[in-house]
Amino acid sequence: METTRKIIRKQSLEKLYKLLSETRKVYAPVIATDKQVEYKYNPAFADITFDHIRSTLSVKNIVFPKVENLFLYTNSKTESTITDIDLNKIPDVVLWGAHPCDTAAFDILSSIFCRDSKDEFYSRRLEKLVVIGLSCHMSDEYCFCTSVGLAPDSSKGSDILLKRLQNNDYQVEILTEKGNKIVSSSPELFEPFTGEEVIVTEVKHKFSHEQVTAKLAGAFEHPFWVANSLRCIGCGACAYVCPTCACFDIQDETRGKNGKRYRSWDSCGFGLFTLHTSGHNPREVQSQRWRQRIMHKFSYMPERNETLGCVGCGRCSSGCPVDMNIAEQLVALQNL
Amino acid sequence: MSDNIYKPYMMEIENIVEETPDVRTFRLKFKNADDAEKFSFKAGQFGEYSVFGEGESTFCVASSPTRKNYIECTFRKAGRVTNALANLEPGDTVGFRGPYGNTFPIEQWEGKNLLYIAGGIALPPMRCVIWNTIDLREKYKDITIVYGARSVSDLVYKHELKEWEERPDIKLITTVDPGGQTPDWKGEIGFVPMVLEKVAPSSENTIAILCGPPVMIKFTMPVLKKLGFQDKDIFTTLENRMKCGFGKCGRCNVGKVFVCKDGPVFSYEQILSLPAEY
Repeated sequence: METTRKIIRKQSLEKLYKLLSETRKVYAPVIATDKQVEYKYNPAFADITFDHIRSTLSVKNIVFPKVENLFLYTNSKTESTITDIDLNKIPDVVLWGAHPCDTAAFDILSSIFCRDSKDEFYSRRLEKLVVIGLSCHMSDEYCFCTSVGLAPDSSKGSDILLKRLQNNDYQVEILTEKGNKIVSSSPELFEPFTGEEVIVTEVKHKFSHEQVTAKLAGAFEHPFWVANSLRCIGCGACAYVCPTCACFDIQDETRGKNGKRYRSWDSCGFGLFTLHTSGHNPREVQSQRWRQRIMHKFSYMPERNETLGCVGCGRCSSGCPVDMNIAEQLVALQNL
Repeated sequence: MSDNIYKPYMMEIENIVEETPDVRTFRLKFKNADDAEKFSFKAGQFGEYSVFGEGESTFCVASSPTRKNYIECTFRKAGRVTNALANLEPGDTVGFRGPYGNTFPIEQWEGKNLLYIAGGIALPPMRCVIWNTIDLREKYKDITIVYGARSVSDLVYKHELKEWEERPDIKLITTVDPGGQTPDWKGEIGFVPMVLEKVAPSSENTIAILCGPPVMIKFTMPVLKKLGFQDKDIFTTLENRMKCGFGKCGRCNVGKVFVCKDGPVFSYEQILSLPAEY
């Protein structure tokens, strides 16, 4: 649908939030006790932050939970039975105030989960999700969305995008039918947009992702990977905070006769990730695993999934315990 | 199957063959007749076999699609799941998801000679295509099977090796590593590459299908090249650790190629274009 613009005053925003949280779960960012920003379901409006750069974790768990049951089973040797998870119980959820890098990640996740064999766990959650994005009026040295084809005010993945105005009111961009439904069900909360200027931060352009992708095609055996991964301790933090990392493990857990088969987030940074039962490991050292991470996002995915596997949120770098900076590495790769 | 792509078929173990002290073959029947009716697969495809409570493990379907109403899998007791599988008995339940992956291009091989070369536990992933082509015997010219194992007791499918040996339309050469023979062993003694060199099958109008441990592949390839085989006429099946089987869990890729989606069957020509990540 064609994008339409309106304005919402700060006090009406609170009314909108209350209306939405009466009928749905609203997942919104708050400042936790340790000053880190985390998303919570239905927090008090007063606790919601509109001034954060990035939450510690991304919001991907809303469609791809850290741990998700695939089915339940009873574990008798001869008469095992399987019970399906009732996907009709997946609730309507509003994601409130997610920044453009995080909202852009949904398309990337969909390119993995909805292609070929459709993953119903993911796709049903996505169907039930309405995304109210919030453009960025603040950024820091870790941000690099503009280098991966996005911007601090890009609307990709949002149903409604809020952009801050000088007086702390918000411009409302209505981008999809889902978004329109929310706006049109409470028309009294919105006013016509009359061309006010929005405040959007500037994010420095650091590298050309096209050039990085082109360079990576011939860089598999390059000494770059060893030289630039010596620090890596293989902790997997980068994958856990990443909005687009979707690799997962599948495990069984049984208590007595009853059990569940579940999937959980995994990371290509772990040595066990690719270890064969025989003891052979195709990626036996950390440099091979670091190469996999960069190659997957900037070379394999552009070719196979027709999208980059990165949104430039900077979490992998800001969250890295040994200060590996992915943007710096991508700049270096571009200049190989 | 339901919309849940992770949900396995429920299978009953109909029969167990103890191939070697640590290798078993299961014949599995669909518990649900409707599942059996709808299920089909092709030679080379694989599946995820599970013991509920222990997890899933990846093996190729070892029986031929020409044999209906059941599938077979052969595995060696090695890790958590295969040890749990080995403790099961006929009548017990296992889960099976599949079939996944690509297939051996056996239609393109019609009218050609087939040379199968396998080492040790790598015969099972080739057994499916071997039986498939034997069951369509008139479509192919000479069928030669070179199979080696460490010792006589490590040879799998002993009853079938006997059957292949007795058939006039199949040439079977079995070998065991030096020291692995028994007093009554009548086959070859020596490593697969050397035996292959000695047998020297013609590469003329011939497809070679090769599967075995990396060291066997490494020393067999030069022999095949010497015999005149071209890279595009040599096929193998790769394995890498997998969880989902359909390109989502993210661990089986070799460079940009996913073993579960683009493989497991590859020509040697394709293998040469891949980085050494398998």
